[in-house]
Amino acid sequence: MELLYNIFVDPFIQMYEAPDFLLQVLWEGLVSGVLYALIALGFVLIFKSSRIFNFAQGIMVVFAALTLVGLHENGVPAWLAVPITLGVMYVLAVGIERVVLRPLVGQPDIILFMATIGVTLFLIGFGEFIFGGENKVMITEALGIPTGALEFEPFGGFVLIEEKDLAAVIMAVLLVIALLAFLNRTSMGRAIRALGDDHQAALSVGISLSTIWVIVWFIAGVIALATGIVWGARAGVSFALEVIAYKALPVLMLGGLESVSGAIIGGLLIGLLEKLFEIYWGQPLLGGNTETWFAFILALFVLLFRPQGLFGERIIERV
Amino acid sequence: MFYKTSGQFKTSYKSDQALFPVKQDAWLLIAILALAYVVFPLTANEFTFKALLVPVLIYSLAAMGLNILTGFAGQLSLGTAGFMGVGAYACYKITTIFPEMNIVVALALSGFFSAAVGVAFGLPSLRIKGFYLAIATLASQFFLVWLFEKWAWLYNYNASGAIEVRTMDFFGLTVTGPTATPLTQYYFVLGIVTVVTIAMINITRGRYGRMWKAVRDMDIAAELVGINLMRAKLTAFAVSSYVVGIAGAMLVFFWKGAAEPNLFDIPMSFQILFIAIIGGLGSILGNFLGAILIVALPVLLNVLPDLVGIQVHSAAMEHVNVMIVGALIVFFLIVEPHGLARLWGLIREKLIIWPFPH
Amino acid sequence: MNVLVNPTGAMNGAEKEREVLLDLENVSLSFGGVKAITNISFNVMKGEIRAIIGPNGAGKTSMLNVINGFYQPQEGVITFKGEKRSSMKPHLAVSQGIARTFQNVALFKGMSTLDNIMAGRAVHMKRNMFWQLLHYGPARDEEIEHRKRVEEIIDFLEIQHIRRTPVGKLPYGLQKRVELARALAMEPELLLLDEPMAGMNLEEKEDMSRFIVEVNEQLGTTIALIEHDMGVVMDLSDRVVVLDYGRKIADDVPEKVQQNQEVIDAYLGVSH
Repeated sequence: MELLYNIFVDPFIQMYEAPDFLLQVLWEGLVSGVLYALIALGFVLIFKSSRIFNFAQGIMVVFAALTLVGLHENGVPAWLAVPITLGVMYVLAVGIERVVLRPLVGQPDIILFMATIGVTLFLIGFGEFIFGGENKVMITEALGIPTGALEFEPFGGFVLIEEKDLAAVIMAVLLVIALLAFLNRTSMGRAIRALGDDHQAALSVGISLSTIWVIVWFIAGVIALATGIVWGARAGVSFALEVIAYKALPVLMLGGLESVSGAIIGGLLIGLLEKLFEIYWGQPLLGGNTETWFAFILALFVLLFRPQGLFGERIIERV
Repeated sequence: MFYKTSGQFKTSYKSDQALFPVKQDAWLLIAILALAYVVFPLTANEFTFKALLVPVLIYSLAAMGLNILTGFAGQLSLGTAGFMGVGAYACYKITTIFPEMNIVVALALSGFFSAAVGVAFGLPSLRIKGFYLAIATLASQFFLVWLFEKWAWLYNYNASGAIEVRTMDFFGLTVTGPTATPLTQYYFVLGIVTVVTIAMINITRGRYGRMWKAVRDMDIAAELVGINLMRAKLTAFAVSSYVVGIAGAMLVFFWKGAAEPNLFDIPMSFQILFIAIIGGLGSILGNFLGAILIVALPVLLNVLPDLVGIQVHSAAMEHVNVMIVGALIVFFLIVEPHGLARLWGLIREKLIIWPFPH
Repeated sequence: MNVLVNPTGAMNGAEKEREVLLDLENVSLSFGGVKAITNISFNVMKGEIRAIIGPNGAGKTSMLNVINGFYQPQEGVITFKGEKRSSMKPHLAVSQGIARTFQNVALFKGMSTLDNIMAGRAVHMKRNMFWQLLHYGPARDEEIEHRKRVEEIIDFLEIQHIRRTPVGKLPYGLQKRVELARALAMEPELLLLDEPMAGMNLEEKEDMSRFIVEVNEQLGTTIALIEHDMGVVMDLSDRVVVLDYGRKIADDVPEKVQQNQEVIDAYLGVSH
């Protein structure tokens, strides 16, 4: 009985009694959700245009952040370090297209997936070899990101919103808007969407695969850098950041591997729910740290009842 | 010339379906077994046992389990290490609760626990396919590792949170714990791996093997030729997790001696997956080839600079190691996406028709 | 070819019994708002070759999918061997005696011809996990027993030379033949063939026609086939049902169907 009470009643009483704390929790969840959505977007773009499940997306986040911080540590000013890092991400995109993707065109999905895990390992080794394996601090101030905190007092309580989190959310929103504009308004964006709809057909109307791949991987790199900066500002820069990349995976399950809006909504949903679950159920009842698996189990249950994901269309199988 | 198969005629389906219809293959296998059972034990030192031979065997076994699921039944799994953990913790609990139980019986029983957990997490495969399923298997990975950490009963409420293997005997021979000699442990592991390998070869060339491969190649068609998809997928999960589970138990009991939950975290899962893929999906032999490569490579890379006389910072060496392994994975996938086993198959074909080119 | 055991009892083509094997009554199937099949009734007599024809998108393949349980019709009654059936899992169709081939070859690409056909015997093999792990003994005996049956089918369809070849490497015509072999390995009473001759040259078509007639006459297997080659359909089949836009527009012996005005309109198109 007491257990049932603790599961079904008590958490809601707590939410009701301390609405300011609930707001705080929701804000934290939202910020994580935005970042999950960003990483998931990187996945979706690459999957849409090349059918590659890019496991290296998470590592690209760390690699980009590490490059930025590493450059700054070696005396490069921040305003220069950002474009140089973007350049590095471009070189990386070209390199991956040339060395990994082009020789593997037409191989089964699982082989390409494995290749991206190979790339992941390579980037981890390479990054640590060049910049060292120790934890670094994101150059938040040098990039001009505000570090103060805003205090609110709703419901007679107290909510603290860090300015860098706010900046992260705003940056993410701008990035998403820019991306959607690119996909919907430019010819290159249309070509990418065409590839997503039908590979063969897109090729037959003269869309160049390798150009698009380089561009898509570069965009994924840009998204990775943005994610790396804002997440690094919250948690420091090290390969431990990799774990947030795993969080993007249940987002993809929920939202679908090919849906841009699915990635965004799924990301926000998972960010919010996992935070709520951790605070109100995980910590008091399960000993905490449930954030490692909650999103996966949630996505699993949703898929059991809706195999096409939250936003996919019903699949009709044919023979 | 040495691999000439002409003149070896088959007069019954029995001999046609024998494990080695070609004589030379059988001889090759005998040579390898002699190497494993006689030559290595006589020549290897403790380092070789601990760093090469035993790990290769255990990783091969784990990869073989994964290969049943991913290579034969076509269900990509990223949660292997979690199931290895279930086997290890189950074996640990069984040997604590029944201290008198024979270690082989305990191992065999612990496999059933990982098989049960495997089937439970395999249930989604009936509804979810492809990469979605692969992500779903990560759910088991993260959840199980969390459980190993939080459920104190599993590690007997140790202050360290780790499981430690006590000394155990097998008919008077000490096989686990710090006093066990590497040689006995090696023989013990080798024996189990041999038995399981034979069983896996048998099952994959029979009814179940065909069922799994049919599901892998085209699940809808498989269903329409009368294969029960649910049964095929769940048996694949069960057999796979069983083998993976005992591999996990052996990893802790005969090699590491102790384990913390994070041993069974995602890097281990990937390592097993690499072995299976580089070795060759859908092959039993490939698991051994892949394991030899993946285990030996870091050891070799560590020893190499000393041999050539270059002084390298050991931490830097580790990073370079990771880099090279990553690059090699890409390299092998490009050169032969079907793995080392296929490479051997091609070489063998060439040998058979040698000295003619075609 | 009399070594092949006839599951339905020996019978030759001339004296076919007038017994209904499969009966469909007012079957309708739709996907969301799209009607694939509307209110169709027809039957298949034991021992006959029944053709289902119609222009592209007429609902022919959907019809086969309904018969072997891959799609569940929203309305209608299906009676097979005198038993009414409601919803059914597709894999059970095989154990009830319905096998099929596919419009786009659906072989197991990674397996050899032999293994593909052996897979067709999945429902007939029973040895459990324990024996399979052991292999030697009962599991091997069973394996060899079924191998013999499979070899008979291989002889029957003249594909001995490709026994060990992975089917992915075979030319299209041979793949279709392997698919027929796999369906025969299931020992069906009713064999559904979805465009068995699509994409074949004349010689291959002749071979395939010969096999279909032999299967029907020597094994006594009832056959329902979809085919676009009208010459083949008119020569092979005993009765023809014609579909257009998911409705049945004709159902008769080939000679009558050929003269049916509605059928001619459906194929040639008329201004409405």
